[in-house]
Amino acid sequence: MDAYLLLDAGSGGRASQRLVNQCFLRHFANPLLERLDDAAMLADLTGPLSMSTDSYTVTPLFFAGGSVGTLAVHGTVNDVSMLGARPRYLSCGFILEEGLPLPTLERIVVDMAEAARNANVCIVTGDTKVVPRGACDKVFINTTGIGEIFVTPVPSGHNARPGDAVLISGAMGDHGLTIMGSREGLSFLTDVASDSAPLNRMIEDVFTAAGEVHVLRDPTRGGLATTLNEIAEQSQVHIELDEACVPVHEAVRNGCSFLGLDPLYLANEGKCICILPEEKADAALAAMRSSPYGKEAARVGTVLEGRAQVTLRTPIGGHRLLGMLEGSQLPRIC
Amino acid sequence: MQAQTIYQDPILCRTLLERLNVALNGRSMRFMEVCGTHTVAIFQSGLRTLLPKEVTHLSGPGCPVCVTHDAEVAAFLDLAGRDGIIIATFGDLMRVPGPGGRSLKHAKAEGARIEMVYSPLDALRLATENPGDTVVFLGIGFETTAPTVAATLLTAQQQRLDNFCVFSLHKLVPPALRTLLDSAESAIDAFLLPGHVSTILGLGPYAFLAQEYHVPGVVGGFEPVDILLALCLMAEQLRDHAPAVVNAYPRAVDNAGNPRARALLEQFFEPSDALWRGIGRIPESGLALRPEYEQLDAVRRLGLCLPDVPPLPGCRCGDVLKGRITPQACPLFRKKCTPATPVGPCMVSTEGSCAAYYKYAEQ
Repeated sequence: MDAYLLLDAGSGGRASQRLVNQCFLRHFANPLLERLDDAAMLADLTGPLSMSTDSYTVTPLFFAGGSVGTLAVHGTVNDVSMLGARPRYLSCGFILEEGLPLPTLERIVVDMAEAARNANVCIVTGDTKVVPRGACDKVFINTTGIGEIFVTPVPSGHNARPGDAVLISGAMGDHGLTIMGSREGLSFLTDVASDSAPLNRMIEDVFTAAGEVHVLRDPTRGGLATTLNEIAEQSQVHIELDEACVPVHEAVRNGCSFLGLDPLYLANEGKCICILPEEKADAALAAMRSSPYGKEAARVGTVLEGRAQVTLRTPIGGHRLLGMLEGSQLPRIC
Repeated sequence: MQAQTIYQDPILCRTLLERLNVALNGRSMRFMEVCGTHTVAIFQSGLRTLLPKEVTHLSGPGCPVCVTHDAEVAAFLDLAGRDGIIIATFGDLMRVPGPGGRSLKHAKAEGARIEMVYSPLDALRLATENPGDTVVFLGIGFETTAPTVAATLLTAQQQRLDNFCVFSLHKLVPPALRTLLDSAESAIDAFLLPGHVSTILGLGPYAFLAQEYHVPGVVGGFEPVDILLALCLMAEQLRDHAPAVVNAYPRAVDNAGNPRARALLEQFFEPSDALWRGIGRIPESGLALRPEYEQLDAVRRLGLCLPDVPPLPGCRCGDVLKGRITPQACPLFRKKCTPATPVGPCMVSTEGSCAAYYKYAEQ
C-alpha cells in the first residue's frame, strides 16, 4: 500500500479494491461483508427492530480512552441499545481526505474492529469516498446500526413519570474534557480519559434486573443537563437533580474549574441515563454496578409533577434552574 | 459532585447564614457585586435562594464585555473591515452586537480576518506568522486582565514586532463604583468587591467607599463560604455604623495588591476617560497607551475614533448595570432578548447578569 491515500482509492477501480481488501476486509472480517455484494442480506433478525445512524468527526482523531473509530462503533451501538434493543449489525461509510496517511486509517479501522468485537456486532456493509484535500477534515465516518428490541413497551423520552427515580451509569464529563484538553494542548489534564464504551450488555442486564424502564438515553453532546431537559420537555415533567450525588471524577472537576466549564454540559460517550419506577431503582443500580462500565452508577434525582424543567439542588442546599445548553460550551467534539 | 472544599461546606454555610440573620436583625441590605464571576457563583451555587429575604442582590457593571460601549463595538467592527488587519480577540466579544445588531461574528462571515485567542500573548504569534498584516488585539477587561496585556506589549517591544498593536478598551473598577454612588438613582448599602481585580489593586483604591460615602466594601472570594462571610462582614458593619473596606479573601488577595503588576500597567498605560455601556462617560475610568508607545497603540497608529451611535432601542442593560432594575424587569428579557438572540451585552456574555438570570433563575 502507498503511505498515504490518493484520490484513486475512491475511484471504484483497482485502487479502491486494494484499500477494501487490505484494510477494511482484513480487519472487519465476517462472512456477510466478505461477499462484497451491493448490500448485505440480514436473514436472522426477528421482532421489532431498532435502527439508528450517526456521523463522527472529531479532532484529534486519537485521544486518551478512544478514537474516532471507537466512537463510531460505540456511539451507534449505544443509540440502538437505548430502545431496549440488542445491536446486531452496523454499516460503515467513510469520507476520507486525500493525503490521509494510511497507517492512520488502519489504526482507526483496527479500533473499530476491536470495538465491534467487544460489542458483539458485525460491520456488514460499507462505503468509501476519497475527497480532495481540504474538502473534509481527515476522516468522517458514518455508521448505521440495527438491533432487535427485546422489551415491551420500549423506553422513550416521553415516558418519564412523576415519582420515577433518575439514575446515571457513571461519572459525567470525561469524554468532553478529554477532547477539550487534547485539542487545546492542556498538558495538565493527564488524568482524564474518554469514557467511550459499548453499553449494550449492561443495558440488557438492567432490563433483566429491573423489568421496567421508562426512559433510557445516553447523554452525549450537551451532556446530562441537556439530555434531562429534552426528557423533561418530552414527558412534560419536572426533573430535580441532586448535585451532590452526581459523580464527577476529581480530575474532571478540577479541569472544568480551571477552564470555566460545567461538567453537567460535557459530552459522555459511555454513560446512560435511566429513569424508572422508584421501587426498581436499587435493582437497576446493582445491575449497572456489576458491569465494568457502570461501577460508579448513582441515583441522582427524581421526577416530579409540574412545569417541564430541570432544577438542581446544590450541595449547600440551595437550588437553581439547570437549563439547556445555549450555543456551544465547547466546539465540535464528537 | 461532592463539596470540593471547606469553602463549600453546607454546615459552615448554615452557620454563616445564621450569623448574617443575627447581624441583619430584620433590617434590609442591598448589596452590589461588580464581578461577573461573583454573579455566576451566587447563582450557580444556589446561594441566591438561601439568602435571607432582607438581602437584595444587585449585579453591577462587573463583566468587561457587558460594559463595552456601542461606540467601541462600532469602532472595532469598522476596523475589522479594513484590508491588512487581523483582529485578535477574546471569544466573548465575538457575539456582542453593535449598531444594527452587527457583531464580529457577522464581520467574520463577511470575510474579515478575526482570530479568537485565549491569551493576549497568542496574538503575538499571529503577528509573527503574518508579517505582511497588522494584528490588532482588542484589549478589554478590568485591572485583572490589563496587566497581561501590558506584559504582552512588553514582549512585543522586546521582540521588536512592528506589526502588532492594542486597541485599549480597558476599564477601571474604582471610578465606576464612585459614579454609581454619585448617582441618585442607586441605593446601594454595601459593595462585594471583586476578588480577582483586588489581587492587583489591594484595598487602597477602594478606601473612598467608606471614607467619603460611608459604604462598606468587602473583598470576597468566589466560593459560597467566601461570599457568605463577606455578606456577614458588611451586615455587621452596617449594624455597627462602622463602614470600612476590608479583605475577606486573604488567601488570594494581599491588602497591598500586586505592586509589580501595577508597575507594569503604569509603564504602558495612563488613566483616560472611558465610555461605559449604559452608564456613559466616566472620567479617568479607562486606560490609554502612554504617548511614547504610539506604534503599539491602535488608536493613534490606525487613526481610530469612537463614532456617535444611537442606543439600542428598548435595551435596559444600562439600568441593570446600575442596579436600578433586575433583568426580569426589562421588557425585552426572555422575549426578544435571549442568550441565542442577545440584544444587549448583559445577555451576550456568559458572566452577564441577564444571562445568569436567564440560565439559573427558576421561573
